[in-house]
Amino acid sequence: MAERAPLWAVFVLPAVLVVVAVAVAGLDAVLAAGARTGRIGSLRAAAVHAVRPGREVLRHLVQQPRRTRASDLPLARIGAALLPVAAVLAAVVLPLGFRSVSDLPEGIVWFNAMEALAWAAVWLAGWGPNSALSLIGGYRFLAQGLAYELPHMLAITTAALGAESLRVGEVVDAQAGLWFAVWMPAAFGIYLLSAMAMAFWGPFDQPVGVDVAGGAAAELSGVDRVLFLGGRWLLLVVAAAFSVPLFLGGGHGPLLPGWAWTVLKTAAVLAVLVWARRRVPTLRMERYVELAWVVLTPLAVVQALFVAVVVLNR
Amino acid sequence: MSLELFLLPAAALFCIGLFGALTQQSIVMLMMGLELMLGGVILAAAAVWHYIAPATSEGQVLVVVAVTAMALEMAIGFAVVTALFRSREIDMTDMAAELKE
Amino acid sequence: MDVAVFWVLAVLGIVSGAMVFRFDSMARATFSLLASLLCVGGLVVLLGLDYLGIVIVLMMTIEMAIMAVFMVMYMMNPAGLMPMTMMHNKKGAAVVCGLVFALLAAGIVLAPWPGRRGRAPADPTMDLGMSLMGPQMLTMMTLGMALFATIVATVVLATRRGRYDRLGDDLRATRADDPVRGGVGR
Repeated sequence: MAERAPLWAVFVLPAVLVVVAVAVAGLDAVLAAGARTGRIGSLRAAAVHAVRPGREVLRHLVQQPRRTRASDLPLARIGAALLPVAAVLAAVVLPLGFRSVSDLPEGIVWFNAMEALAWAAVWLAGWGPNSALSLIGGYRFLAQGLAYELPHMLAITTAALGAESLRVGEVVDAQAGLWFAVWMPAAFGIYLLSAMAMAFWGPFDQPVGVDVAGGAAAELSGVDRVLFLGGRWLLLVVAAAFSVPLFLGGGHGPLLPGWAWTVLKTAAVLAVLVWARRRVPTLRMERYVELAWVVLTPLAVVQALFVAVVVLNR
Repeated sequence: MSLELFLLPAAALFCIGLFGALTQQSIVMLMMGLELMLGGVILAAAAVWHYIAPATSEGQVLVVVAVTAMALEMAIGFAVVTALFRSREIDMTDMAAELKE
Repeated sequence: MDVAVFWVLAVLGIVSGAMVFRFDSMARATFSLLASLLCVGGLVVLLGLDYLGIVIVLMMTIEMAIMAVFMVMYMMNPAGLMPMTMMHNKKGAAVVCGLVFALLAAGIVLAPWPGRRGRAPADPTMDLGMSLMGPQMLTMMTLGMALFATIVATVVLATRRGRYDRLGDDLRATRADDPVRGGVGR
């Protein structure tokens, strides 16, 4: 059972998430620079590349914002701001070690509901500027959402089924012996896929793809752009971090304290996701829809059935 | 807070939804009215569960049924609009009136 | 605290519910409906049904995002850039709705509501699950069948192409002729 975190954790949580997101963005920038030049380069050059995301943020903040004609500014603003808010709200149930800000009795459903807010956020950000390319980005994310959400829900339900509880703390406790990733590999794999799709990242970056000039983010500028693209990194971090309590045993591990294991495992998952982005080409979502509905959903159902039988016979 | 306090907003939502369903010409807007009405029903069912019979689960089941009804209504509604639009370019309730002939 | 939350959610829910039919822009109307239904979800959580409230939030977010697509698709003026009214029989409807509300409100205030019987279970979610998988199994199965029938019916209604369009008149084509290529097995 997870302990209650003190009240100040509410204010620390967003700060920690932002720090992690900036670190991951920095790592990604270094890898991108390395891929561009074809060599690893010196430590100094790597440091220069690593602070690039931070410099970009500052540049956007001081830049003159652009406006499009007849744009629906309030909606675009709500959309851009909703993305980081949804990520932080979803992170409320994330345990660091064995403590989360609030270990809700329905934590897993809460996480799912909050990340679903991203659907509304991306579509609004795409609709708001009154621009065709950004609207295409918004529509693409809805199509992608329909593709990933079904197997995703089944995958996280499987983890809840294995622990016989929707409370994240109890899901962690149930993995004191064997990690869920070991005996629910299909659910874990599906979760990692949908974590990337949820943050429209890596092979699923079509909603903000280069072929539509940045998609949903095409017309955003200034603070809106920082919030939207920053929210996307936050969502990636939160989605990756949530795989740790769900499938990778949370804070359980030998020698080190619980929080250290959580940090290590989260870093490992994030590293895998960042690496996968450089290895896997962008996937068109009509292909992924078919894969998700024809292959992944039945696979997730079979996995859930297997887990249910194991739980019944325990 | 009391049961009445929760039922009044539920009734208000129901009536706003009813107004929308009666006045809107566009079929999609009409469905938004129906959604609001069902939202009122959900709120009323939850309030009755909490204030009258919390020990039994029938109130909760009623909420589940109402939520499912919302989803079904949406899905069927949009499918019908799509079919109508495809066959005769109809997207308004008044235009669909000729179907009865 | 609870009282303050109740008033905020109730007022916000009703106002955004009314704004659904005031906005010209379909995107705004859809998302004001979403705001209204999210308030309903919040009120349900406030009533102690955490699970159902969060499920309502989850479902309505996804449902309204999909709804926005159809709204934009089937409205002649989705962005509301040229305001126009799309109402009929406004006066009659207003009278009917006013009467219904007065009736409901009178009933709500005047009815001798029975007192509270029993206590809420420690875990209402568990109670709901046990009920749906036990005494209410028939309800659950009916809902399941209804959902399945809906999936079939919506596909039948909405699609224009059948298997003869995909695989030819004698269903012997080796490759399905789909408007969008790609996916599994191709």
